[in-house]
Amino acid sequence: MANLKELSALPERLAGGHRLCGGCGASICVRQVLMGAGDADVVCSSATGCLEVSTTVYPYSSWKTPFIHNAFANSAATMSGVEAAYNGLKRAGKIPADKEIKFCAFGGDGGTYDIGLQSLSGAMERGHNMVYVCYDNGAYMNTGIQRSSATPHGAWATTSEVGSVQQGKQQRRKDLTSIMAAHHIPYVAQASISNWRDLVNKAEKAFNTDGPAFIDVMAPCPRGWRIKSDETVEIARLAVETGFWPLFEIDHGVWKMTPVRGERKPLTEFLKPQGRFKHLFKPGNEQLLEQLQQECDEYYAYVERMCSLYAEEK
Amino acid sequence: MAERAEQKIVSATGNMMVTEAFRQADPDVVCAYPITPQTTIVEGFAKCVANGQVHTEFVTVESEHSSMSACIGSAQAGARTFTATSSQGLAYMYEELPIAAGMRLPIVMANANRAISAPINIHCDHSDVMGARDTGWLLFFAEDAQEAYDNTMIAIRTAEDKDVQLPVMTTLDGFITTHAMERAELMNDEAAKEFLGERTPLFPLLDTENPIAAGMFADQDSYFELHKALRDAVTASKPVIKRIGDEWAELSGRPFDFVDAWGCDDADYIIVVLGSAAGNARHQARLLREKGVKAGVARIRVFRPFPYEELVAALHGAKAVAVLDRSENFGGEYGPVGLEVATALYNAKETIPLKNYMFGLGGHDVTLEQMEQVYEDLEKLAAGTIDGSIEYLGNR
Repeated sequence: MANLKELSALPERLAGGHRLCGGCGASICVRQVLMGAGDADVVCSSATGCLEVSTTVYPYSSWKTPFIHNAFANSAATMSGVEAAYNGLKRAGKIPADKEIKFCAFGGDGGTYDIGLQSLSGAMERGHNMVYVCYDNGAYMNTGIQRSSATPHGAWATTSEVGSVQQGKQQRRKDLTSIMAAHHIPYVAQASISNWRDLVNKAEKAFNTDGPAFIDVMAPCPRGWRIKSDETVEIARLAVETGFWPLFEIDHGVWKMTPVRGERKPLTEFLKPQGRFKHLFKPGNEQLLEQLQQECDEYYAYVERMCSLYAEEK
Repeated sequence: MAERAEQKIVSATGNMMVTEAFRQADPDVVCAYPITPQTTIVEGFAKCVANGQVHTEFVTVESEHSSMSACIGSAQAGARTFTATSSQGLAYMYEELPIAAGMRLPIVMANANRAISAPINIHCDHSDVMGARDTGWLLFFAEDAQEAYDNTMIAIRTAEDKDVQLPVMTTLDGFITTHAMERAELMNDEAAKEFLGERTPLFPLLDTENPIAAGMFADQDSYFELHKALRDAVTASKPVIKRIGDEWAELSGRPFDFVDAWGCDDADYIIVVLGSAAGNARHQARLLREKGVKAGVARIRVFRPFPYEELVAALHGAKAVAVLDRSENFGGEYGPVGLEVATALYNAKETIPLKNYMFGLGGHDVTLEQMEQVYEDLEKLAAGTIDGSIEYLGNR
């Protein structure tokens, strides 16, 4: 397990000066994930989205690694082609046999849960040796905060409006991490930028896994969540501490939860500081708040149960 | 000057010949998704992989969108990269086509030309490939199995040429060419491999010592200029195609021309057509010549970049020209080939009367009687008794 001092000595893979907003969770996610690769050579990709448009404005690039962007739905498929090329060129002797390269594909929740789900599922099923990282901020932030299947139940978004007959998003969020677990790939994890040690460890495991790995990373968007830009990490931590976003991994079929210090906090502590949930605290929405707490409890209990059912054999 | 190389006479379908070209090129990566009537290309190639005849990483993707996406990743990584598709598959990967060209990636794709839904139809027309016409890909049209092979060989060299670096689609007519067994000549492996060489990527993504950013965001300050650069690159590929085509012609003994101009030197009446239907047109032209009618056929083999000068040279002196289109331009007048021929003639200040026909859509039978009707129409067109408006050939 790396400590902060060791991590700070690692090469920085994403240069400052990019055009992401102050307090953006995506760049924090990228930096922590790539720390997990140590000093190995990494090739990165990104789906169309904030991360891509803000880090590769022609003719400048913030990436100190080779980087490829193709389109919205296909960060995984594109990287599967890069990884296939690496294998084919190595077999042909056009890349030295001892040359090791890691492959890391990024996408937001829109590009991962929704439009890119097929591309991701295909790449994972084919067994490409790559790490796919979803920076999950729970909406289409790049196009202006439209709801995605990762948007939490009850959250305001510009296409799940709050009005006289509707209180934000009507549906529960998709449990993508479980969908990826159902692919029975070697490594799947859920992490948060707030718990950097846990995230860097998971990234390290993912990079050192032979075969496909997937990490879903809680990465708040101050603009879309209606929070201050210095609250990103704090709110991400509340997502973990309330059990809205439990930290867990499925390492070769073994489910394991990362313990969080103290009692699980009420969900309202995560919801209340965010402008996108402010309507939930108005009179008349008490029942919806209760329902959200219940859904959160159910999900947390499900993860706990899976971690108990598929724990490492003693 | 290259010497004529030893070749083997084979009995093969167009798809088998494309597979042979792929095998001889020994690509680093092939990504593919099945669709009729392309399937036998990749099935054949899968056997080459299973038998160790190639070193290829064979990526059996979950859709055509992912197929072209993975091809783009692979080609940018530095690999020699091929794929094949058809019809709805080509339409499904449409988003990726201009990206492959815009990123200047030398991907080679075989397309089995097939109708586009609805109604769903698995037979030949050119609606699929013409839908991909304006994407920056070079487009080759084969008449038969032999040319499907020859075009693929020329396509691979052209795409990867340092002065081109563009994707090439090498197309063959669905079922008519993809599945009909024909006599064809196959280059010996050694000469084929020597002709094809290896790809030398210019800016490979896998060069971690020299990291590049590929597929960047370009705004109003550069997008327009980058598009002009792509237009120039497509246009500038023409002399390279000619050079490589001539080299292959010397090696194989089969001529290469942008426009296969049959009997056009002294022809009064000329049919312009793409692909397999040229055979019927030529046969009818032969029959007419026996009766003293000077009939000709100009078959366009390279559609992008479009060979304006070669076409005008072939049509010059004719009394009337008919263009056969196998894909629609609903609500417009002429089809895509008709429009190009009109542009070519107008810009060359040629005033030859022109008529456009829609034919063979969705595998609709293409007959000698239709060709006969077209040549008869051309006499009337030259005499001014009919006009040049579009007609559906053989419509019941």
